[in-house]
Amino acid sequence: MAYSDKVIDHTENPRNVGTLDKDDPNVGTGLVGAPACGDVMRLQLRINDEGIIEDAKFKTFGCGSAIASSSLVTEWVKGKKVEEALTIKNSDIAEELSLPPVKIHCSVLAEDAIKAAIADYKKKKGLA
Amino acid sequence: MKKPIYMDYHATTPVDPRVLEAMMPYFTEHFGNAASRSHPFGWAAEAAVEKAREQVAAMIGGSGKEIVWTSGATESINLALKGVADFYKDKGNHIVTCKTEHKAVLDTCKRLERQGCEVTYLDPDKTGRVSADQVREAITDKTILVSLMLANNEIGTIHPIEEIGRVTREKGVFFHVDAVQGAGRVPFDVNACNVDLCSLSAHKIYGPKGVGALWVRRRPRVRLTAIIDGGGHERGMRSGTLNVTGVVGFGAAAEIMKNEGLAEAERIGRLRDKLEKAIFDRLDMVYLNGNREHRLSHNLNVSFAYVEGEGLMMALKDVAVSSGSACTSASLEPSHVLRACGVEEDLAHTSIRFGLGRFTTEEEVDYVADLVVEKVNKLREMSPLYEMAKEGIDLKSIAWTAH
Repeated sequence: MAYSDKVIDHTENPRNVGTLDKDDPNVGTGLVGAPACGDVMRLQLRINDEGIIEDAKFKTFGCGSAIASSSLVTEWVKGKKVEEALTIKNSDIAEELSLPPVKIHCSVLAEDAIKAAIADYKKKKGLA
Repeated sequence: MKKPIYMDYHATTPVDPRVLEAMMPYFTEHFGNAASRSHPFGWAAEAAVEKAREQVAAMIGGSGKEIVWTSGATESINLALKGVADFYKDKGNHIVTCKTEHKAVLDTCKRLERQGCEVTYLDPDKTGRVSADQVREAITDKTILVSLMLANNEIGTIHPIEEIGRVTREKGVFFHVDAVQGAGRVPFDVNACNVDLCSLSAHKIYGPKGVGALWVRRRPRVRLTAIIDGGGHERGMRSGTLNVTGVVGFGAAAEIMKNEGLAEAERIGRLRDKLEKAIFDRLDMVYLNGNREHRLSHNLNVSFAYVEGEGLMMALKDVAVSSGSACTSASLEPSHVLRACGVEEDLAHTSIRFGLGRFTTEEEVDYVADLVVEKVNKLREMSPLYEMAKEGIDLKSIAWTAH
């Protein structure tokens, strides 16, 4: 199975790899997946008081499609409002990266990571 | 150095130029059907096929008369297991095998179970080995066949075939050995090991794809029910016009293996050891899968903790290797071999299999070692698990969401 050019680009030059301070009240952390399944994504979002995502960082344990999916969503969510970020669907990610059916779960995980990071932020802020 | 570099010799091997040379005349000049008894075209093909029988049988210490040509080892294994199970169904219905066998054996056993056979799947030790005592204990008065591989295709572990053969012979049970990975590379003789049936493949020993053999002992005789009917070729055990070019290539490849295989295995073993040492000296949290002592000399299977196998393979883009991670195959389960050896699922997902071979160079080994170290370090920097482990977080304490 050959990878799409976009998947290759994201895995060779992943965007926004790194760690934000998880104790920062403006940082939401989403950790999804499981080592036993071969995919774990951690997405961290720094969200300002206007509800805008100022920064996004990720670290991923997984195949090329999982790395590319998480790298892509960090690009997509930056500068977006929280509500907008929540509208990103796994199908958008899968389409952008031309993921084959067997890799759709990677895009699902990336969508889950956005939701989990925002939920963590809202919990910290007492918004949930 | 040419790229990409091939380090997946367990999957297949390139045809040796000497093998190709032996095959060429049988495509064009001597193209006859080996079953044509009435003219020189058929005689030439038949003579070549008979010579190849001797060459392939000699590699495992058998007689050419005992070779049945097939389309590959998967067919050989199907014929051995289904053929014995059917022919001897009045004698018994129990088969003993191991959880680390190739899917050709395991899936065939599953079908036989649906048809009324009982199968014992032995648990190997942590290195993938079963003992002769385990086999002895598993044999019942209903057992007709023990099927084990000479050497494992993923982790290279070599079973104590000679000791197991003593047990099966003593108990009067047939012994089938899948020798696809080990034949020609490790000392193995069907008579010394009391083997009754042996499956072989050409393309794993620098021969062409699409041809295999089942060696079937004549004394004491092993009988089989054929699965392919039509014409009665191969003494009725496998009908169908022979793949003469493939058979000739298989013969030539086997002869080279018989003459050079063991010396070659030593040379390749030194390269493998160099690769293994370079990786283990320069990376922490790496684990060897398999048996350090009883192992194919061209095999290296390593788990790189916190780095997923397919992600690593993609990073090693100029190097062809394979992984025990689920993501590489149609199934979503990680390697059944690693799981049978007790490797945890998370570590099974991080395994890479390196397979060295006849055309592997030291320069390639050095390049691959450097690349692996660089990419594992890079991917660990991207791995949330590695960061958590470094912080001292017990990954088992986290409530992961299985998906």
